Amino acid sequence: MTTVSERKQAALREMKKIAQRVYDDLSSARIPELEIPSRTKANIEFDERHGVWKYGDSASTRSAVSLSGAQMLLRTMYVIDFIRQMVEQNKSSTLRELYYISEGWGEGKFSTQGDSDRLAEDLEIMTATLREDMSLRPEEDGARVIGDLVIEETTRKGEKRVIHCQDDVGDSGYSIPYTVEKEKLRIKSTGARLVMAVETGGMFDRLVENGFDENTDTILVHLKGQPARSTRRFIKRLNEEQKLPVVVFTDGDPWSYRIFASVAYGAIKTAHISEYLATPAAEYLGITPSDIHNYQLPTDDLTAEDISALQSELSDPRFNDDLWKHEIELQLKMGKKSEQQALAKYGLDYVTDTYLPEKLTEMGYDF
Amino acid sequence: MRSIVAEGLAKKQKDISVAEFFERNKQILGFDTSTRALITSVKEAVDNALDACEEATVLPDIFVKIQGGEDDEYRIVVEDNGPGIVKKQIPHVFARLLYGSRFHSYRQSRGQQGIGISAAVLYSQLTTGRPTVVVSKIGEGYPAHRLTLLIDTKQNRPETVQEDMVHWERESGTRIELAMQGRYVRNTKHSVYEYLRSTAIVNPHAQITFVEPDGTRTVFERATDRLPPQPREIKPHPYGIELGTFMKMAKESTARKLSSFLSTEFSSVSQNKAEKIIQQAGLGPSDRPGKLSLDDGKKILKAFQGVKLMAPPTDCLSPIGELLIKRGLRKEMESLSPEFIATDKRSPAVFSGIPFLVETGIVYGGDLPAEERVDILRFANRVPLLYQEGDCAITETIKNIDWRIYGLQQRGGKGLPYGPAIILVHVASVNIPFTSESKEAIAHVEEIEKEIDLSLRQCARKMRSHLSKQEKRVKTRRKFVLISQILPQIAAKAAEVVGKPVPSIDEVIIKIMNIVWVDDHVSFQKGTVTSTIDITNYKDRAQSFQFYAALPDGGEVVSVSPEPAERNQRYLMWSVSKLQPGEKRQLSFQLGGMAEGDFDENSLYVKGIDPVNVIGVEKWEGG
Repeated sequence: MTTVSERKQAALREMKKIAQRVYDDLSSARIPELEIPSRTKANIEFDERHGVWKYGDSASTRSAVSLSGAQMLLRTMYVIDFIRQMVEQNKSSTLRELYYISEGWGEGKFSTQGDSDRLAEDLEIMTATLREDMSLRPEEDGARVIGDLVIEETTRKGEKRVIHCQDDVGDSGYSIPYTVEKEKLRIKSTGARLVMAVETGGMFDRLVENGFDENTDTILVHLKGQPARSTRRFIKRLNEEQKLPVVVFTDGDPWSYRIFASVAYGAIKTAHISEYLATPAAEYLGITPSDIHNYQLPTDDLTAEDISALQSELSDPRFNDDLWKHEIELQLKMGKKSEQQALAKYGLDYVTDTYLPEKLTEMGYDF
Repeated sequence: MRSIVAEGLAKKQKDISVAEFFERNKQILGFDTSTRALITSVKEAVDNALDACEEATVLPDIFVKIQGGEDDEYRIVVEDNGPGIVKKQIPHVFARLLYGSRFHSYRQSRGQQGIGISAAVLYSQLTTGRPTVVVSKIGEGYPAHRLTLLIDTKQNRPETVQEDMVHWERESGTRIELAMQGRYVRNTKHSVYEYLRSTAIVNPHAQITFVEPDGTRTVFERATDRLPPQPREIKPHPYGIELGTFMKMAKESTARKLSSFLSTEFSSVSQNKAEKIIQQAGLGPSDRPGKLSLDDGKKILKAFQGVKLMAPPTDCLSPIGELLIKRGLRKEMESLSPEFIATDKRSPAVFSGIPFLVETGIVYGGDLPAEERVDILRFANRVPLLYQEGDCAITETIKNIDWRIYGLQQRGGKGLPYGPAIILVHVASVNIPFTSESKEAIAHVEEIEKEIDLSLRQCARKMRSHLSKQEKRVKTRRKFVLISQILPQIAAKAAEVVGKPVPSIDEVIIKIMNIVWVDDHVSFQKGTVTSTIDITNYKDRAQSFQFYAALPDGGEVVSVSPEPAERNQRYLMWSVSKLQPGEKRQLSFQLGGMAEGDFDENSLYVKGIDPVNVIGVEKWEGG
């Protein structure tokens, strides 16, 4: 196990190699260019060894021959230089700070934070390191956890604090820090049998209020929409270290299926670190299009965006199995979608008393 | 055409009064609506004023005032600094319908339009019962005469109600004041304001001051001190003569023999040709012109068509000229800050023996609305045509051009185009063929439509070439940002990270650009335009080619550097030889006698190099 500072030095060495390549191009009268894998749906492949989806071989070239390519190169040089200074001064910054710092970079300035976030990811890919090792951290914190779980967190003052994720926390649960690596967070023990990742805060709170975590020995993790890296990493560790099965409970629409895919298979945006973030064993619980039909849930019509997202999923390699194909086609035929909280149609306890037990039993869990 | 009305009028006079005739023909006379009555009245007075000033070679200084509005009664005042009118003539000019229209004079004049100022006087009298007041002074030391006039509508005779001598500051000039029922509107295409603004565009030598009923004062400034050349009167050409006119000419001719009548009173008819015509008509050379029967006239007209004659002289026309059209447009469109003004002038052409010429202009960009139908400014002999746009040959020709290839929008490549543009067309002729007596639309004459088409296309080409040049430049400018700012920064940052000296990027720049870049700059100061052209070779080999700069109409080259290999009225040509990779050369020239805006964009061309490799120029097509 390497230390943080060793990993940071290694990341910096990799980044200096990129700068060296650009430098060599310029001094030998070549138009400088950098190659990075294409980050599109068409360029993700299944990694048999890790059981996750990763980038394939197709790459795009950023060449200084075009204005946008040159701008990207300049930004890359600026970011590398910025990271070099941070490593030397033992500092770190958020992605948002990186975006604001670029204000002073002239033509290298980012126009949106999306641009700077993407460049940080590009650098991860080019250097095969994590952005945390480049002293960059995300703005958003991880999500909330409630359940029979004991962890040990090393606080910013260096104290080790043991926390029981039911007894030591309020109703909103334990908040997952932005980094969940071993030197920050250790999983000590758990009495739970299952991890349930929940998309919406409303449903998370409903399950907590109904005592679902205690009654069924389940660790509830709130995903907060598209889950942050640390949330996904945290779920993966629960799965691998504690051998806990993971189910994902979301709304019944195409965007929610993508949330599940990013937990289970890896997100397209972060496919370079899928083996680090994805939990291939995670299973989708619902709401499925079949549920909408079987439970006669209140629905909304699919919008044009929903339909094109569903169609796009039909050609997404991550959804390329019979079950998903069947469900997506069913949904396209129904033209409807439902939210998790639509289950309240049958009363506030219906989800915990009827829906979840039925679904979990159906999936082979013993309830 | 005027003669036809006159004839008709003469016949009808037996039965009906002038007032009745007027009432029945309000529309063709331009008095059919109360809005139009005001415009037509101002138009008649201003046309007269401009014609009078030009005849006396005085730069027109015209004052127009409209007052009142109570009970829809307005008072119009139009005043000029022209030569004035002798007292005896004043009643006839202003208070007698169709006075002086013996038959059509073959001369480019505004007077061809409309029925004349007396119609406005009559309209005034019919709608308000009030007389018209005319003040005129013919020169320094002469008294100014003030006449109060009415028209005796039964006899079509002027009636002088009152006559005074008054003191008038002006050296000379004429002032008319008339009252009428009308409706004053602003900010619409059909308005006095718009008429005067349009008039100012095509009469850049005139200054027009306009005071509106609410007191708003607008001065349409003069854009040039040069008077347009005097149009010359020519004799009618046999190919375009109408029977009525021919018979009238024959009756009033002083020639005693048919052969001398033909050879002296027509263009392009020699003694020899005259005899041929007479022979073909089966008449005798010594027949008396005054004794010709209608049948004889028909025979001669037929014979005219069978004899090959020279075209009429065409140096009788007075075009506005490209430079002045541009100045006029620039001045009146200033508030829209147009991006580009293209102009074109055709050489004179002939239809039915009548000489004419077409000039056009296109104003593009700036604050012009991008999604609306383009505005069309139509002019005949420097007079704006405001009504009957749909019937006009100008509109028709515009509709038949596919404007999409010139950068405007147009559904299906037909119809009026849309986009940020104004199209101006001026037709000048000794006899403009109008669709009707109201003289608001030019008739569909094939020759005229063809000339309009050719001229507009030439203008449009200039517009397109400007646009594509702009587009290319924007693209190349981006590359410049790349090589001049981004690349040096990349080099500096990369060097900083790896801890080495900053590498030279010159060769990489050449590889990225791979073009010859032409950057030109035009500046204006005190009547002199300075044009500076930088040519930089961003290719990896030395380049040699010929470089042309087109010179504008009326611009005089006062200095040029370096000495061009060729120079003439139209262009300068330099031989650029062995321009090394990375090397920059500067060319420059100065033009004298220019006004601001006359020359604000270079037209640059190359020969001997693939123009695709040169940004900022076009291929030299000319000799």
